[in-house]
Amino acid sequence: MRAAVLVFPGSNCDRDMAVALKAAGAEVEMVWHKDADLPLGVDVVAVPGGFSFGDYLRCGAIAAQSPICKALVAHVERGGYALGVCNGFQVLTETGLLPGALMRNAGLKFVCKTIGLEVATSSSAFTEGYSAGDVLSIPVAHHDGNYVADDATLAKLRDQDRVAFHYTENPNGSTADIAGILSENRRVLGMMPHPERAVDAAHGGTDGQALFRTLVGQLENV
Amino acid sequence: MQEPAISPDLIAAHGLSPDEYDRILEIIGREPSFTELGIFSAMWNEHCSYKSSKKWLRTLPTDGPQVICGPGENAGVVDIGDGQAVVFKMESHNHPSYIEPYQGAATGVGGILRDVFTMGARPIAAMNALSFGEPDHPKTRQLVNGVVEGIGGYGNCFGVPNVGGEVRFHAAYNGNCLVNAFAAGLADADKIFYSAASGVGMPVVYLGAKTGRDGVGGATMASAEFDDTIEAKRPTVQVGDPFTEKRLMEATLELMQTGAVISIQDMGAAGLTCSAVEMGDKGNLGVRLNLNDVPVREDAMTAYEMMLSESQERMLMVLKPELEAEAKAVFDKWDLDFAIVGETIAEDRFIIMHDGEMKADLPLKALSGTAPEYDRPWVEAPQADSLGDIPEIDPIDGLKVLLSSPNYAAKQWVYEQYDHMVMADTARAPGFGSGIVRVHGTEKALAFTSDVTPRYVKANPFEGGKQAVAEAYRNLTAVGATPLATTDNLNFGNPEKPEIMGQFVGAIKGIGEAVAALDMPIVSGNVSLYNETDGKGILPTPTIGAVGLLANEAEMICDTVRDGHVALLIGDTTGHLGQSALLAEVFNREDGDAPHVDLDAEKRNGDFIRANRDLIKACTDLADGGLALAAFELAEEAGVGVQLDAADTPTLFGEDQARYLIACNFDQAEALMINAAQVGVPVTSVGRFTGDSVKIGNSEAPLAELSQLFRTSFAVAVA
Repeated sequence: MRAAVLVFPGSNCDRDMAVALKAAGAEVEMVWHKDADLPLGVDVVAVPGGFSFGDYLRCGAIAAQSPICKALVAHVERGGYALGVCNGFQVLTETGLLPGALMRNAGLKFVCKTIGLEVATSSSAFTEGYSAGDVLSIPVAHHDGNYVADDATLAKLRDQDRVAFHYTENPNGSTADIAGILSENRRVLGMMPHPERAVDAAHGGTDGQALFRTLVGQLENV
Repeated sequence: MQEPAISPDLIAAHGLSPDEYDRILEIIGREPSFTELGIFSAMWNEHCSYKSSKKWLRTLPTDGPQVICGPGENAGVVDIGDGQAVVFKMESHNHPSYIEPYQGAATGVGGILRDVFTMGARPIAAMNALSFGEPDHPKTRQLVNGVVEGIGGYGNCFGVPNVGGEVRFHAAYNGNCLVNAFAAGLADADKIFYSAASGVGMPVVYLGAKTGRDGVGGATMASAEFDDTIEAKRPTVQVGDPFTEKRLMEATLELMQTGAVISIQDMGAAGLTCSAVEMGDKGNLGVRLNLNDVPVREDAMTAYEMMLSESQERMLMVLKPELEAEAKAVFDKWDLDFAIVGETIAEDRFIIMHDGEMKADLPLKALSGTAPEYDRPWVEAPQADSLGDIPEIDPIDGLKVLLSSPNYAAKQWVYEQYDHMVMADTARAPGFGSGIVRVHGTEKALAFTSDVTPRYVKANPFEGGKQAVAEAYRNLTAVGATPLATTDNLNFGNPEKPEIMGQFVGAIKGIGEAVAALDMPIVSGNVSLYNETDGKGILPTPTIGAVGLLANEAEMICDTVRDGHVALLIGDTTGHLGQSALLAEVFNREDGDAPHVDLDAEKRNGDFIRANRDLIKACTDLADGGLALAAFELAEEAGVGVQLDAADTPTLFGEDQARYLIACNFDQAEALMINAAQVGVPVTSVGRFTGDSVKIGNSEAPLAELSQLFRTSFAVAVA
């Protein structure tokens, strides 16, 4: 399975994402934001956490306009997989690949801690390794993770079983405790918590491992 | 623009004394130009020249087999084996943070990160030691919120985990808060970059952000006391841009790989002036700059403003001319400014050209080499008051007072605003003793701590200086690490007062003795003087930042306490209550002498902990709050209750040094006692971890109730 990790000048979880994907058995290539094309044969594009362009404007807004994001959109339109974590989730909403927006945390402060994350659906290449209702320990670290969408979108997300994760204790004010959502074809996952920070017993626990292993396993068999 | 004429008022406004001005006249043999006066003031202020402290700093032990580079460069460099080095330093940003807390603290973090990556190291850990005024002082809340947010705003975006530090409150900081920022980075030991220029006619290259008018005169501001005109000093505070800093770091490290860099110096205090002089001085060369080539973001900047600007996220380098194109390509990739602004010259001159005019022509060596140096008069600190009677207190009541003070309550309100997990190598999060970060891709890990007990230093500067080092040594030891080296951030009041200078001298002597005895040489540091407002000085606060090495994961003491574990106390207890947290928090008294530090005992007990790591489940050092607070913290972290046998105040709350509290099972306790007896280390069984309450003597409270107090008091006090 081949994964591409996008690198914006302010990405700072790109290495962590690559480490987690490699540990799960993926071949990983880092792709610079100025590139117009993804490497050939990429199965999944990972958009990592960080502060892509400083995020002085809306988080992810400038990144969404970069050449590589046009290639990302084309990849998804072709039915490719994508995973956006934290700033990556923000970028995915800004590109329109996922609905809704991430606003400033309700508490107005940056929040970094390990939280309880409830798996809301096991029906996706990302979450098949879990059972719905499982509660994982996964770190969050963000200033703008407050998920907001209009009622129609929320209803659609619910009806189509596209909420991937809920917070057990909402750290940022997200509507309906939503921590991660899937695209309509279930091949794009955006989530604020950092599963790549939970793939190693000595750092943050191992509850994120199954996400990467399942994803790699699923795509190996395609 | 018409430049102002040189007058006694103008000289004084530049923080130069009449004597110092006479010295300038002597050196250059004529009246300086306005730009030249600015350059001298930038080089000769306390912040840049260390003129009051140099004499004493020289006495500190700075060497050892582990030291690759001691003080004098941007940061210290220490060998961690396998061809790798840790590069670290701590630096204050006190004055700017008080004036503009968010930007002051943010640029403090930016400055220290730059110091580290300028040496060729990728930052892997940060800490911040913060001192604020009383929680109910009208300025405190705003300062705490602004400083913490500024540190988070910068470090989180840059992407370095913040793994430790301190936060304290005391009335002595009402008019001057302290923000001491630490950063450590990782480099190959044979690929360290230094500031000494070499070769004549080499291009001097400006990299990074553009120059603006922010921070003009910042270093001079930071070398003065405050009074009620302080608000007018806001324009001297710089504005941080962590996104640019992140790109500057990536571009700098990438550029270093190309082999193009001959020497490099970041632009920190006194910006272009200080960095250019530093590179020339260390390389025995002159420097000529043409300011028309400096990238600027404001119109009509004068030579004076450009030379004194402290705009952030800038670097100066001397590059190999044949690799200029490669170098420029790297900076183009990261969309950063790259401009050749001058060259090295053979003559010992610092020449500044602007609009075809020579704005300064000064002897370069003399700018730093002949900076004034003072042997300030000092008086030995008076003997501490004797300790008055201390009323008996119910131990649980005493503990509750400590837990509800923001000084001793849990600090998660602070560190949850810092990304402490980015880079995914944080093996021990902040909050309790040392933070630990793994050395990526190896078995090794590094432990970080920052410590000082200002009350002790005030009562007894010599013992207080020793204690700051000893506590850092213990915090590293308690996680199983071997202490490597130290950085010192010395915050004091006005050195022109002999009693303040006496505190400084005493503390330095104590620190020197302790780092020698504990083999933790000082490899970098910073001095911040004039921390006074309206003549009132801060508590003397020599913050010690220390780094320890863990050869592999097995060396780490990081199991949790379990129900049934024995509580063992290592070290001698005499019940020293002078200057204790209990006295300060419960009785609002700061009397008595500071505890004395027996460095032999520190070494012996520390070595014992390391030698017996395998027998220890969890460990913490005893410091403020003594046995009672240490036992509570160990228990609380694990969610297990604790019973202590002792009931008397001195045993429970005394702050004798060289002590640790250990949790282990019964068999391990027995083995530890046997091993301790062989090497003459005192061990006492003091109780047990069990149940769901904290029981001290005959007094008891539910753990949940105390935990709630401990976890919420900080936010209640300042949020």
